[in-house]
Amino acid sequence: MLHTVNKSPFASPTLTQCVGHLTDGAAVLLIEDAVVGATEGTASGALLAKCLKTHPVYVLRPDLMARGIGEGRLVKGVQCVDYAGFVTLVTEHDAVQSWL
Amino acid sequence: MKIGILVNEGPYTHQASDSAYQFAVAALKAGHKVTRVFFYHDGVYNGSSLTEPPRDDRLIVERWGKLAAQYEVDLVVCVAAALRRGIREQNLAEGFRISGLGQLVEAGIQNDRLVVFGD
Repeated sequence: MLHTVNKSPFASPTLTQCVGHLTDGAAVLLIEDAVVGATEGTASGALLAKCLKTHPVYVLRPDLMARGIGEGRLVKGVQCVDYAGFVTLVTEHDAVQSWL
Repeated sequence: MKIGILVNEGPYTHQASDSAYQFAVAALKAGHKVTRVFFYHDGVYNGSSLTEPPRDDRLIVERWGKLAAQYEVDLVVCVAAALRRGIREQNLAEGFRISGLGQLVEAGIQNDRLVVFGD
């Protein structure tokens, strides 16, 4: 299952909740304000670094750029995708869970 | 692959509508079929013909209609959510139609994926 999260982990618990619900084969995609959660040196960054050992984590690049965050500031292992990559992730997983 | 989209937020107040549109465009360009976009809750404002954004701003309502015309996407506005917010046939934007929640259930059943955008 693909899990999408759209809120900053500094404002909402959804990213933490999402990570706690991941099953085998699941992936996480951060979109909109959630992209800030993948920055290195933050509590959520540490959470994602741990998560990356078992599940891939993606960030929507246009939303990252729109917030002035360079890819170099991301936790190592987090992959950037554009909207085409978002579509591919949706098709590669059997279902999509949007954490709103 | 057949994809359905649910939009729960209005345009200009939240990114959900923009995200949903960008996703729909990317899916269509990749050769997938976006069969239906269902607008629920404040998402029904995406189908209001009364919106008049500045011309240098993105025309969210209009671009949904253009996308629907080009790719035969069914744009459905939830009737109960719409009437609550003063949206009815008379002020429904081109390309949209008003129908019930059953259309959302159907989109979930008949598509391979249902992707939700909201707040």
